[in-house]
Amino acid sequence: MILLQASGGFFSWDWVFGHLDDIWDRTVEHLVLTVIAVGVGMLISLVLSVIALRFRWTYAPITWVTGVLYTIPSLALFAFLVPITGLSILTAEIGLVSYTLLILIRNTVAGIDAVPEATVESALGMGYTRRGLFFSVELPLAIPVIIAGLRIAAVTTIGLVTVTALIGQGGLGFFILRGLSLFSSPIGTTQIIVGTAVSVLLAVAVDIALVGVQRMSTPWARRKATT
Amino acid sequence: MIDFLGEVIAWFGDPANWVGSAGILSRLREHVQITVAATAVAAVLSIVPAVWLAHRRIGGTFVVAIVNIGRAIPSFAIVVLFLPISISLGLGIGFWPTFLALLFLAVPPMFANSYTGVAEVDPDLVEASRGMGMTDREVLTRVEVPMASPVILAAVRVVAVQVVATATLGALVGWGGLGRFIVDGFSVQDNVKVFAGAALVAALAIVTEVVLGIVDRRLVPRQLRSRADDVETIVA
Repeated sequence: MILLQASGGFFSWDWVFGHLDDIWDRTVEHLVLTVIAVGVGMLISLVLSVIALRFRWTYAPITWVTGVLYTIPSLALFAFLVPITGLSILTAEIGLVSYTLLILIRNTVAGIDAVPEATVESALGMGYTRRGLFFSVELPLAIPVIIAGLRIAAVTTIGLVTVTALIGQGGLGFFILRGLSLFSSPIGTTQIIVGTAVSVLLAVAVDIALVGVQRMSTPWARRKATT
Repeated sequence: MIDFLGEVIAWFGDPANWVGSAGILSRLREHVQITVAATAVAAVLSIVPAVWLAHRRIGGTFVVAIVNIGRAIPSFAIVVLFLPISISLGLGIGFWPTFLALLFLAVPPMFANSYTGVAEVDPDLVEASRGMGMTDREVLTRVEVPMASPVILAAVRVVAVQVVATATLGALVGWGGLGRFIVDGFSVQDNVKVFAGAALVAALAIVTEVVLGIVDRRLVPRQLRSRADDVETIVA
């Protein structure tokens, strides 16, 4: 239906070709906002996961708090922060990072929990310290599950970045918001469609890239698959 | 900061902000109405075909695809996109673009989770039911659907919370709802209104989650409770 309308005067290719630079700049901005959010989210999640694994009783409150953050609608979360941090990139990032935590912590803890007891025993028997065990054995073995979480977090974040257009950031969301104000003209609908389509393509590309990262970082899984 | 919170409390204390067509009570009613309507219609449109297709084991790969694509489509974009669509269909601004966008976003996760719930019922159990002489229809209604009910109910809960979140964005396309306070607050740079609106929206989302969680627990037999945990979620 959307495509049909796109061919019937709702979509202007001229606008697209006239704004390729603009589209590229906003795509880069979108990606940067996403990478910062997921990167910072992953760091915080690693720390909180280590705490949750070391002190089991903390896992329930950690998932409860991150679960409440996850439940708060994005527009409301950004709106809460505006009076404090203004219409800034910091406001956008605090909100975006908050949404990654639940997924990333859940997957990190589940991934490390799934490392077989026998593997941990053997590593300890070979003389690994607790720290060595964590970084060289448990964390690498948990990578497939952690990256599964990263994929969900990244794709979700790319969608949420568009909402930050309402607080003056937004990457590709900028086109969606500007299209909204011009919605009755083809220039408006074109911008809405371009913003949406490029954002979806970006999500797909990042998802595929993360599958590649997972393959490269777990060579043993590949070897098993080929023999 | 303390002054600011004082102003927010004063805002909530002012009876003028509660009554009238632009007051908290009517905005809350609008928000709840569209959430219930969209969730109910989406449930009818998605659960029935999902259960039937899963029973027939048709379309498994399709389900995985719609979950992944569904997550990649920004709900903000969908709400905005449905504005010109609704206008060109002669449905105007406000309710319809919001409602159609909510429906569009609610159907895929509800469909996918219902499908998975039925498809993952222990095949031995289905086999045993057939061995006991149940007809095809009985296997569906007395074994598969009850066994899948925790997953289906959890999907309805998760989707309802998402719908509450996305309905907030309806304020951008001329609908009322609690999102109005945030969007109007932004446009006149009234941070007190923005913050109060955010508090109302957040509270409604959390209340929805908690209330439906209690309803789920009441409806699901104790023996089946652990299955409700693996539901796909999407944030809005």
